[in-house]
Amino acid sequence: MPPTTTDKQMTEDEVIAELRSGMTIGIGGWGSRRKPMSLVRAILRSDISDLTIVAYGGPDVGLLCAAGKIKRLVYGFVSLDSIPLDPHFRAARQAGRIESVEYDEGMVYSGLYAAACRLPFLPTRSGLGSGVMTSNPDLKTIKSPYADGEELVAMPALKLDAALVHQNRADRLGNAQHLGPDVYFDDVFCAAADRAYVSCERIVETDELLAAAHPATLRISRAVVSGVVQAPNGAHFTSCVPDYGRDERFQREYVRAAADPEAWAEFRARYLSGDEADYQAAVSAAGLVGGSVGGAA
Amino acid sequence: MSEPTRAEVCVTACADTWIDAGEILVSPFGTIPTVGARLARATTAPQVLLSDGEAMLTTGIWPVGGEPEGYEGWIPFRTIFEMLWSGRRHVMMIPGQLDGFGNMNISMIGSDYQQPKAQLIGVRGAPGNTVQHPTSYWVPRHSARVMVSKVDRVCGVGYDSAAAAGPSAQRFHDIRRVVTDLAVLDFDTPDHAMRLASVHPGVSVEQAQEATGFQLQVTGEVPETRLPNDEELRLIREVLDPEGLRERELAR
Repeated sequence: MPPTTTDKQMTEDEVIAELRSGMTIGIGGWGSRRKPMSLVRAILRSDISDLTIVAYGGPDVGLLCAAGKIKRLVYGFVSLDSIPLDPHFRAARQAGRIESVEYDEGMVYSGLYAAACRLPFLPTRSGLGSGVMTSNPDLKTIKSPYADGEELVAMPALKLDAALVHQNRADRLGNAQHLGPDVYFDDVFCAAADRAYVSCERIVETDELLAAAHPATLRISRAVVSGVVQAPNGAHFTSCVPDYGRDERFQREYVRAAADPEAWAEFRARYLSGDEADYQAAVSAAGLVGGSVGGAA
Repeated sequence: MSEPTRAEVCVTACADTWIDAGEILVSPFGTIPTVGARLARATTAPQVLLSDGEAMLTTGIWPVGGEPEGYEGWIPFRTIFEMLWSGRRHVMMIPGQLDGFGNMNISMIGSDYQQPKAQLIGVRGAPGNTVQHPTSYWVPRHSARVMVSKVDRVCGVGYDSAAAAGPSAQRFHDIRRVVTDLAVLDFDTPDHAMRLASVHPGVSVEQAQEATGFQLQVTGEVPETRLPNDEELRLIREVLDPEGLRERELAR
């Protein structure tokens, strides 16, 4: 009898080895909340480039901008939440280094959902009358075939070659669970993608997933997941409640460093020159140093 | 009770935006609108739904920066989209730029969309908000830098842009009110050009006009914005914002 289930556990680098330059990649989370940062860091270490990134953007977009990985960005905003703007994203836009495809944030959901439903588009009122129509000249409207005759935006499907999302728990088969209050659009990103990769804080046995949690926390089914990565603290420095909140101190350090090329080179050397284990070790070390300095002050 | 401050006048001006709003989600951006929304819930709009800024609907009133009294529902971002698409929401956003017909920009400054002079946060939900439910604006620093003759990018759809886009854009379009640190403005004119509805105590009509990069409509004598009453002042000072964060938002 063939196996009824597949073990999909992988490492970050194995996930990235399945990606190619020029792909369209969706990144889950929202702003600086539950971003699959260990997978993003793995992209930074790789030689893939010319990516089209679709995201409710946060420091994932900022870091990919800083590393020159993004050719085209499909987004409704890029923000660090507690700090409104991401400096690397701003710098990339102001230098004209990335092609901007900006939609209303609800339109991004419509586009992903259309892709997940294998539809060419979904009608929406959002976008009408706004600059989104003029800055996306390919964006079309469609007339309702019914008596109302309304003229609405036909939001095109945002089909993804791959999706990267971070969850709190998952099993080896790809059933993934969020334990915070919002799944954001991670499930839709996965469903809109040819291949979806879920990183998580901890891989557990299937039976454990619902031992202490409501079934509604299991929003991502193995049917849409190609790979599972165990990545403790993998969303750092974004929030991953209830496992941990945003590392505000680190986020401030990221923003400060981004303001100055020398400081940024130092930040990269300190945190982004090695693998994920090196990153996590550097973060722990910085935490200790920061703590003692804070205590002395 | 000492005299109301400008920030407190702004709080009640924001709260008055939601008088009798009914059972809709009120989404305020910024400190003063947040205090205003909770004041509205405590006084003239007891039915409104308020989120905690994350994914929960709250009960009661609570101080800015504090924890809500309790929760009555779950409202992840996807549900917020569904509520706004169905029109059961009134948002108050903070413009980067706002023009005389209510077009609003928070995306970018400059004329080249692919290479802006200054990149801001992005259009966010402004295009969808403005064509689907009532939208108001809060301008903490009323100046010709924000109140411009023409926005560099239309994120929030103004009356002229909605009209140009046609009936589907206009069907639920409703830019209700603009509260600034100097005045209250609305669009109650025949062509929906922005009108000076009231000036805050201590501000002249000339002063408000000078701080605006386009001609404001004035119909008759411009009244003064009302002052908060004693009960409102007590709620603001003792319950909703005991640390006085509202004053910080107005520091020029």
